[in-house]
Amino acid sequence: MKAKLNGAKIIHVDPRFTRTSALANIHAPIRAGSDIAFLGGIINYVLNDKRWQTDEFFQTYLKTYTNAATIINKDFKDTEDGESGVFSGLMEYTGDPMNGFVGEYDNKSWQYEGGPAQDQGRSAATGQSGEQSVESGQESNQQPQVKPDTPLSDIPKLLLKPAPNRDETLKNPRCVINIVRRHFSRYTPEMVERVTGCPQERFIEVARTLLDNSGRERTSAFAYAVGWTQHSYGCQMIGCCALLQLLLGNIGRPGGGVMALRGHATIQGSTDIPTLYHSIHGYMPHPSAAKAKKHDTLRDYLATETLAKSYWANMPKFMVSYLKSMYGDAATPENDFGYDWHPKIAGDYSHMPMFIRMAEGQVKGMFCMGQNPAVGGQNAILQRKALAKLDWLVVKDNFEHETAAFWYKSPEVQNGDLKTEDIKTEVFFFPSAQVAEMDGSYTNTQRLVQWHNKAADAPGDCRTDPWFTHQLAKRLKAMYANSTLPRDQGIKNLLWNFDFGPDSPELHQGSEPSEDTHPEGEPDIHKMIREINGYQSADPTKHLKSFAELKDDGSTTCASWIYSGVYPEPGKLLANNRQPDPPTNPAQTHLGWGFSWPANRRILYNRASADPAGKPWSERKKYIWWDPESTADPKTGQPWTNATTGEPVKGAWLGYDVPDFGRNKPPDYKPPEGAIGLDAHSGTDPFIMKLDGKGWLFTPTGLVDGPLPTHYEPLESPVQNPMYKQQISPVVKYWKRDDNALAQVGDEKYPYVISTYRLTEHHLTGVMTRWLPWLAEVQPELFIEISPELAQEKKIENTEMVRISTPRGTIEAKALVTGRMRPFMIDGKRIHHVGMPWQWGYQGVVTGAVVNDLVALIGEPNVAIHEGKTFVCNVEKK
Amino acid sequence: MAEPMGFFTDTTVCIGCKACEIACKQWNQLPATNGGQNTISGVSYDNTRQLDGIHWRHVRFIEQFDTRDPNRTDGRWLLMSDVCKHCVQAGCLEVCPTGAIVRTEFDTVVIQSDVCNGCRACISACPFGVIGINPVSHTAQKCTLCYDRLKVGMEPACSKACPTDSIQFGTISQLRDRAQKRVGDLHQQGQTEAYLYGADDKIVGGLNSFFLLMDKPEVYGLPKDPQLPSRNLAPSGIGSGIGAVLVGLLGLLNFRKRRMDRFAAQGHRES
Repeated sequence: MKAKLNGAKIIHVDPRFTRTSALANIHAPIRAGSDIAFLGGIINYVLNDKRWQTDEFFQTYLKTYTNAATIINKDFKDTEDGESGVFSGLMEYTGDPMNGFVGEYDNKSWQYEGGPAQDQGRSAATGQSGEQSVESGQESNQQPQVKPDTPLSDIPKLLLKPAPNRDETLKNPRCVINIVRRHFSRYTPEMVERVTGCPQERFIEVARTLLDNSGRERTSAFAYAVGWTQHSYGCQMIGCCALLQLLLGNIGRPGGGVMALRGHATIQGSTDIPTLYHSIHGYMPHPSAAKAKKHDTLRDYLATETLAKSYWANMPKFMVSYLKSMYGDAATPENDFGYDWHPKIAGDYSHMPMFIRMAEGQVKGMFCMGQNPAVGGQNAILQRKALAKLDWLVVKDNFEHETAAFWYKSPEVQNGDLKTEDIKTEVFFFPSAQVAEMDGSYTNTQRLVQWHNKAADAPGDCRTDPWFTHQLAKRLKAMYANSTLPRDQGIKNLLWNFDFGPDSPELHQGSEPSEDTHPEGEPDIHKMIREINGYQSADPTKHLKSFAELKDDGSTTCASWIYSGVYPEPGKLLANNRQPDPPTNPAQTHLGWGFSWPANRRILYNRASADPAGKPWSERKKYIWWDPESTADPKTGQPWTNATTGEPVKGAWLGYDVPDFGRNKPPDYKPPEGAIGLDAHSGTDPFIMKLDGKGWLFTPTGLVDGPLPTHYEPLESPVQNPMYKQQISPVVKYWKRDDNALAQVGDEKYPYVISTYRLTEHHLTGVMTRWLPWLAEVQPELFIEISPELAQEKKIENTEMVRISTPRGTIEAKALVTGRMRPFMIDGKRIHHVGMPWQWGYQGVVTGAVVNDLVALIGEPNVAIHEGKTFVCNVEKK
Repeated sequence: MAEPMGFFTDTTVCIGCKACEIACKQWNQLPATNGGQNTISGVSYDNTRQLDGIHWRHVRFIEQFDTRDPNRTDGRWLLMSDVCKHCVQAGCLEVCPTGAIVRTEFDTVVIQSDVCNGCRACISACPFGVIGINPVSHTAQKCTLCYDRLKVGMEPACSKACPTDSIQFGTISQLRDRAQKRVGDLHQQGQTEAYLYGADDKIVGGLNSFFLLMDKPEVYGLPKDPQLPSRNLAPSGIGSGIGAVLVGLLGLLNFRKRRMDRFAAQGHRES
């Protein structure tokens, strides 16, 4: 709203007219799941726009900062060849069915010509696509010569490959930009209307507004709620948005970007220091035992995952420092820093396949903390039945929610499918302290780490998450203390030194922690953030000031390299900073507020905010720039010096933010032969985490479902794909089971498109809101939003109880008949669209049916996110 | 007396989040309907339905969609956080027989719960339908403009919680300036339907809680031309005290009927 008051135009794209639409300048309704057709349409519109084609800003940004000029392998075949809808390299999936893939791609033909971006071989063959890092991998047939005695610091050099071929004139038909142009050429306004149901005029108004508000003087940002990811091609949707933003020059500049509005506090933090199965701290891939991933030894892992060029050349330093944080003094160069003790993954261990394994009796126990899968899990009937196969279940939450009560309160017990006396699962419920009852940190979507202090004592026996985890770890370590089994060495050697001690007061900025602020058994979480930040292994009181200090010889310990610098010295936790810029300061980057990883940078890739010569694109969008005369840091007065020689240097990047670029690297820098790391990038390569330093319009590696976004239909759709012969993503994950059946395309039994979502009044499964009378009162009952047109057809009255069914389940809810819902014309067919919030369950102050009972277990192939945002259903009067 | 204080509610930036309703309930410790076990109203996302003794803030959701047009081309969803108007000429204060309703040093109107005898005269005297009986105290209650917070220099809970500053708190003169400027801006942006309701003295001498609206007052459930109960009193000097009371009561009944009619008409529009 602040932006709008300042004159910004807000565009809202959503099937429903929501509270956001009410405040937007333009609301563009589209059928759920047709986003790529819509975005692809804008891309096509931009590429054909006269101003875009001739404007120096757009063309310079495109040619210099993106991979538009890079040439793609001649074997590459696009989806447009015969409108097949599939890329070259599609093959049958022969791996473990538990990984769910219905097919897979060999991405060899998608590579850059001359110097492969990184050929990861058979990209999806491990069954752990998520394990693969976008930035990493090696040609499978050309493993570098890494010997057991190869120094770790030599590994990046051994991985060096020739630079890919480029055609700066963009004439070569195999240039990325020409492939992109051909790929989206059929995404015309007519096609957009046919696929999405959005009227052409409205679509063109959106495209026009976006284009008018992009360029040298203006930038546009995309903000999405995480529902955007919840599609069988969710990553491609976000990627499509990034592609468009690169074309519009809206990346790395103030007011630009693609922003994920997280569904949870500190969801960003939980991927940085992850609760994800496929990655370890700081976006390093999780070590794997799968055959197609060569991760046998630390050297193999590094040879597979390090990039010779880009900042990822420092991977050996990040990884060794991480292993030191895991195993402390026990991690030595001789034992590969304990790499063998580290857990390895061998399949898809994400939420959905984990619950299928559970349903098949392969999982013995589960800790469920801050999660409520009995309501929040897709195909929740299957998930609740799976819980009944566990030996034990630990739930730690604020209230006894649906998952904790499944054994006596679930619909399956009520309807006799399950009998309480037959359920062997032993359920332990631990009451949890709330966030205001503990110290800790939040990392928001802009990577801003902010510390919060305990405000109140938790009632009764409630304990904090750190207390629980700390006590559990200490007890487990005690259990295994005398084990000599090789498999137990990991837990035995695990570094766990978070007890309060004599060194605690110094960390706490001199304030003695008391029984009041830190009750008995609480760990010293300042020690945890110290380990995350990193310290000199020999002396933990010597904190690291940034990840630039990391070493690959074990002399530094650092759990998550990207957070390094948040705690540069004892008593100085930058996440505590609360110094905003005064309104008169032109910067408004608020570098004194919290700490934004990496290195307190507010906008990533901000080199792109200046033109190739290092001058701001415009005065209005000035952000960082090259000052050839600078000899010292204007903030500290410290003279600039060469990092290796210590010689004074002249010229630096200055500005309102921390430059995301070599501080003293001039715009005209050309990399010498054999350079590695950032030295291998020129002075005009802003994307420092990418092998070629460019923003990728075309993604040669890292995505398992194609190098370009393509419109597929959701797995359940009322129509045949109007654009391609291929109906759905050919490499999607789907777990075929009788209790996970799908409706046929255009199934008359399930004619309506349904989307699920949350309401402002409730949070997630409602554990923090449905138990509060004030919030329960404002949205007390489950409902289904339907259009007056559908209500008339089905003779449904407002607030009448109706039955909603899918091949998975049937539930009941009240109808909310509203003009905010509307039918869509899709490919000449009138399709009704309905929607349901999914935040009710059978516990709490207000209760209602579990909407996720309707949803199928379908996985996006890269990250295994579900497809809860669009499927089909029937609605009947009760 | 301190300078008159009040609210300016700019409905064009209200996002309908109901944070004001919840913040009000929390600060003033007001109970939820039936312990929270409420039912949906079916009128858009409005489930608290009205201002009354336990709802001192209420967000209205007004859907304006022409369902004959499948594209809903000119559809609007008006959102508005409603509250006691703290009228300069307050009907409730006029009729309160016990003196429970007072005008404070901030020029706001507050019901003192410990003096109120629950006679309900104020309920029918309020042309805006703001007041109701709180089932816990059994007295008439409404927004106090967080008198207790104002006393210690804090702003009211609702405006503090409002994430978009749709609800603004301040001195009336300052708020009027700001509101007029906002109307000017909106007019300049082509939204010429924007106007202020209650910012001048035309409506019951002025509202210390006034609004920026985008449609007729009735659309928001606000009276176009609200009248005070005193309007129905005969000129002074006629009749005895008893007669005056009788006339007053008749006036109240008359007013109440008009109010009911208006609500009925409004209900008809919404359906």
